[in-house]
Amino acid sequence: MNRDIYPLFPIPCSLTMIEYEPVIGMEVHVELQTESKMFCGCKVDFGGDPNTRCCPVCLGLPGSLPVVNGRAIEYMAKAAIALDCSITPQSIFHRKNYYYPDLPKNYQISQYDNPLGVDGYVEITVGGITKKIAVRRVHMEEDTGKLIHVEGNFSHVDYNRSGVPLMEIVTMNPPPPGYDQIQSADEAREYLQRLRQILLYLGVSDCKMEEGSMRCEPNISIRPKGQEKFGTKTEIKNLNSFRSVYLGVEYELKRQEKLLREGGTVVQETRRWDDSRGMTASMRTKEVEQEYRYFPEPDLVPMRFESDWIENLRSSLPELPMAKRDRFISQYGIAEVDAEVLVDSLDLANLFDNTAKHTKDPKAVANWITGEFLRLINATGTAISDTKLTSKHICGMIDIIENGTINRNIAKTVFEDMFNTGKQADQIVEEKGLKQVTDTGAIEAAVDKVIADCPNEVERFKAGEERLVGFFVGKVMKETQGKANPGVVNKLLKEKLG
Amino acid sequence: MRLTRQDIEGVAHLSRLELSEEEMEKLTGHINRLLENFEELQELDTDDIEPTSHVIPVYNVFREDKSRPSLPPEEVVANGPQVDGACFVVPRVVET
Ligand SMILES: [Zn+2]
Repeated sequence: MNRDIYPLFPIPCSLTMIEYEPVIGMEVHVELQTESKMFCGCKVDFGGDPNTRCCPVCLGLPGSLPVVNGRAIEYMAKAAIALDCSITPQSIFHRKNYYYPDLPKNYQISQYDNPLGVDGYVEITVGGITKKIAVRRVHMEEDTGKLIHVEGNFSHVDYNRSGVPLMEIVTMNPPPPGYDQIQSADEAREYLQRLRQILLYLGVSDCKMEEGSMRCEPNISIRPKGQEKFGTKTEIKNLNSFRSVYLGVEYELKRQEKLLREGGTVVQETRRWDDSRGMTASMRTKEVEQEYRYFPEPDLVPMRFESDWIENLRSSLPELPMAKRDRFISQYGIAEVDAEVLVDSLDLANLFDNTAKHTKDPKAVANWITGEFLRLINATGTAISDTKLTSKHICGMIDIIENGTINRNIAKTVFEDMFNTGKQADQIVEEKGLKQVTDTGAIEAAVDKVIADCPNEVERFKAGEERLVGFFVGKVMKETQGKANPGVVNKLLKEKLG
Repeated sequence: MRLTRQDIEGVAHLSRLELSEEEMEKLTGHINRLLENFEELQELDTDDIEPTSHVIPVYNVFREDKSRPSLPPEEVVANGPQVDGACFVVPRVVET
């Protein structure tokens, strides 16, 4: 018997690879873009000198009373409806009690067992697979102040952010039948991006992760595939970009898997993402069971939402990103990748939509916008809403390409000019003399000149080096300042060299 | 229901109250007498009464989303036990 082929003992089960599957929950906080704070008239803004947007209410001074900002409730209800949540007919605020210096009242006005919205979902597409990620609740609360750590054992407190309307959106694990949960770092990032798109379309928040108006705290666990019970979860903080959300979740999944494979156990804790080192580290906080002693906020009366009000809001919702993407594909016949790029920003989607419906060639419009337009936007750092280019410009340019006034090469120059100056295409062509030369005589002269100038290449071409045709076309184009009709150039070259 | 000495210690900690031995004894008694009073209320038959979170029948009190001037920063920090410029100063607390 050959021992190399037949091991004496069967391999013990524990050595075979257990497959793990991730379970990821997302808690997202979004500051609403209202003019004033949630419960007082202080202005909502970013930055500014410390403690310049504070009053007795958002400082929690004795005797002050909060009053609910109606628009914040409307914004939040809109968001909840857009996520397909049910709006709770009667909703109340609770006090969440805890001591921390960023919270001047020692309680945060939040929602507990009557959140404004429940049971919704966010649709995501990763690797061609579409999933409905279940959302458990959407609730309203107030943001806290900011602690700025200074030299020594002290912190400075700035309450400008205290009381800014804050919406919390939490996923549901396990999801109800027909819905999914987030199971990879890719899906976590996609979930957040989709959520951001929706909220930007609704205009309820500017969702800037780097400024903290959108914040995300994923909780992560892994379990052996097929096991129903969740593994021990950790929560990650300090994720300030979509990239760090992806990297942080990915890191944490790998860390937990390695730990379990080496026979260790995952400790329930909060871990801080360190962007420069590309890793999470324990925040070494005692994970005492948090006891917030929630009770109904006596200073605020309950809210009741009539179905008429809800239906009115529903019908006021704009077309949402995924629906717009699907419409662009079916109505205009453009590729899905292009549609995704276009709907990522509402301004871009509107520019495309308004242009495409006025031309016979929506695919060309999509190409120009996803190509040249975005290139110029990125190169110049212009906001899409600030550009001088309108759908009229693009339509005008496509028209003069189609009727042969300019060729595609010249069109690039024209496009950049329109982008920079806001002039119309025909005006630029006129002013700069960019009209396509279709006159055979003029092109023929250029072809003859090129042939005369390049005897070596002509010889090589005739000897069978056919790829040189591109070289000749290029030369002729240069002779005509790019204005020659490429069809005529090709035809003449073929005749003269053939 | 009776609250034990341990319950009181827990609540005191959550409220960041430092209580002496004497106060602890006294408050344990107080709070339990208070709870006994509530137990009396519990005897009422409330089966046909809809639960409420608030005692007045008022709903939907909303404010228009208009900003108005805030306090000057020096007034904001006027009551602060320790202040640096326009900021409150607090002992550094590990984030939880
Ligand atoms: Zn205020």
